[in-house]
Amino acid sequence: MSVVTSSNSSPIARTVPALEIHDMTVAYHRKPVLWDIDLMVPEGKLVGIVGPNGAGKTTLIKAVLGLLPLASGKVEIYGKPYGRQRQLIGYVPQREGVDWDFPVTVEDVVLMGTYGRLGWCRRPGSAERKTAARCLEQVGLTSFARRQIRQLSGGQQQRVFLARALAQDARVYFMDEPFAGVDAATEAAIIELLQRLRSQNKTVFVVHHDLQTVRSYFDYVILLNMRLIACGPTEETFTTANLQETYGGRLTILDEAAEAVRQREPIR
Amino acid sequence: MIGQSITFNVMLGTALLGATAGTIGTFAVLRRRALVGDMLSHAALPGICLAFIILQSRNSIGLSLGAFGTGLLAIAVVTVITRWTRTKEDAAIGIVLSTFFGAGIVLLTLVQRNATGNQAGLDKFLFGETAGMRGSDVQLLFATAIVSLVVVIALYKEFLLLSFDDDFARAQGWPTLALDLVMMGTLAVVTVVGLPIVGVILMAAMIILPGAGARFWTNHLGRTLLIAGLTGGAAGAIGTLLASPLPAQWLGVPVQEFGLSRRSIPPGPLIVLTAAAFFLFALLFAPQQGVIAHVVVEVRLRLRITREHLLRALYELSEPSLPNRPKISESQLHAHRTWNRRWLKWWLSQAEVHGLILRADHSVQLTQAGLVAAAEVTRTHRLWELFLVSNAGIAADHVDRDADDVEHMLPAALIEELEQRLAATGKLPMRLTDLPRSPHDIWADG
Repeated sequence: MSVVTSSNSSPIARTVPALEIHDMTVAYHRKPVLWDIDLMVPEGKLVGIVGPNGAGKTTLIKAVLGLLPLASGKVEIYGKPYGRQRQLIGYVPQREGVDWDFPVTVEDVVLMGTYGRLGWCRRPGSAERKTAARCLEQVGLTSFARRQIRQLSGGQQQRVFLARALAQDARVYFMDEPFAGVDAATEAAIIELLQRLRSQNKTVFVVHHDLQTVRSYFDYVILLNMRLIACGPTEETFTTANLQETYGGRLTILDEAAEAVRQREPIR
Repeated sequence: MIGQSITFNVMLGTALLGATAGTIGTFAVLRRRALVGDMLSHAALPGICLAFIILQSRNSIGLSLGAFGTGLLAIAVVTVITRWTRTKEDAAIGIVLSTFFGAGIVLLTLVQRNATGNQAGLDKFLFGETAGMRGSDVQLLFATAIVSLVVVIALYKEFLLLSFDDDFARAQGWPTLALDLVMMGTLAVVTVVGLPIVGVILMAAMIILPGAGARFWTNHLGRTLLIAGLTGGAAGAIGTLLASPLPAQWLGVPVQEFGLSRRSIPPGPLIVLTAAAFFLFALLFAPQQGVIAHVVVEVRLRLRITREHLLRALYELSEPSLPNRPKISESQLHAHRTWNRRWLKWWLSQAEVHGLILRADHSVQLTQAGLVAAAEVTRTHRLWELFLVSNAGIAADHVDRDADDVEHMLPAALIEELEQRLAATGKLPMRLTDLPRSPHDIWADG
């Protein structure tokens, strides 16, 4: 994809964080799910969002994307509110969120990534189709373009969502459990793709469950359990002390890690 | 002649209604909101009666506004119930639908009892009626059809995105609430306009049936909408025609002899029955997604599996004496694995017909061609088995593939590696490539 924007060399842009959250509180039905989140992530990082079930990882992403109302606080992407930076953002939702029996082909879904740029009433044309084809190639699904999406395996469906996010041509990506229910080969392919995005100075946030791979996959990590435990470079942040605080005393970290591994196994 | 032109005018109107309801209804079906249409139409009844009581006239715009009002109120009540209480959406729709309809029936009875009510003719809203349709009614349908068609065409991309993945649409900045209102508002307008013709009870069928049926024919949204529009329109026209005295006239049967007056069968039920016939046809006969196509696929699969089991069993039983082809007694074959006896018998006769085996007094012997086919089936099966065992993690995507696909699914280098590992344990079936190609391909679908 075309990348390397001018911000790469501009010293001002370099100091503006890709994502900045101030005092964010999110509540469902009067019950707060996330308390006073304050964090800042520089651009060009692969960021793992880690925490136990119910820690608010998906909530964090949805709140940043404006899909959930904030009870308080503010979110800024490259120094501006989300509403003004939508063109810079790519989103990979959880696979369970849509009806895979819907009458659309793989290509149709990927083309949805270009809708934001197209604006009202304009249909995708040959330029958009080329973009879609390129994105499908990057996730290795070129030969599936004309298939109805139900005919794909779980890992392939996940890659369709990735291709759609690539078609958004964003600078900041938010991915909600892209590794859920995918096989080992797909996971490796996705990681390679994420690293390619990072090399283009893009920032990718990934909700992640497998503690064992955090160190090798991510260079930045957000540890979350309803409040922010820690946020920073993996080397300094992904420590036993922080993990203990994130996962609490009721389970040892190893148990949690084992549970995370189990959850990741393909569902058949 | 005058009767005919009136009928054709009405047919045009109902066809337009069917096409519009089918098109916009497809979105409701795809979004699993099919029952919203049902609720809208039932909830419209009290609105119609209230509008009549207040206005004391049958002014169709007034009645439509009343219908629209209580329809929207019903949607609001359902939204509030699902959002703020523990009652789920389907229960909420059921409650609101029947409550509003009950209120509507009470009001309708009161209106009918009233002196002016006798001429109100509001009961036509229950089952629908086309006898009183005028040119202005057809014009109203025309206008509704054009407006909703323009909305669907202009907002095709937006509706597609909203229906498939509304979270993604919102993240991309689309005003999903407004889009949803436009979509549901169009549905409500079409419903209200259709009420006097099809009736509140059956209007939902006009919204649901065409879209649900169209889904069987295609996997493309645009074509689904088109087919839903066409079948909905055809159902409208055909149902109206069936309800008219024309078919009886064409058959030369005097209408009165049936004891039927012209108005005795309302067109609404006939339109719905026609739409249901289209749906049933799609359900049964659609290629790939229809019931019959599914049965055919299932039967073929079972045939192929039995065939492969038979060939593999014969190969395994012959394996100790290869390259000689021993005679295998049928009792040996029966004992080798669990068979469905009748299938096995049929397959044995098939195999004999195709020259794969020779049979003589309760024993079976592979022919040379049969050995080639059996070796091939066994080889792919064993490769696949080995692959699944040794690469379980990677193979998760591929497990539902049949053994025949092994050559297409796996890279050549991997197949070679697997073959070497099989050969090392002495389990690699010989490849008789110099022999004529197995009749396998011809036979597979037989």
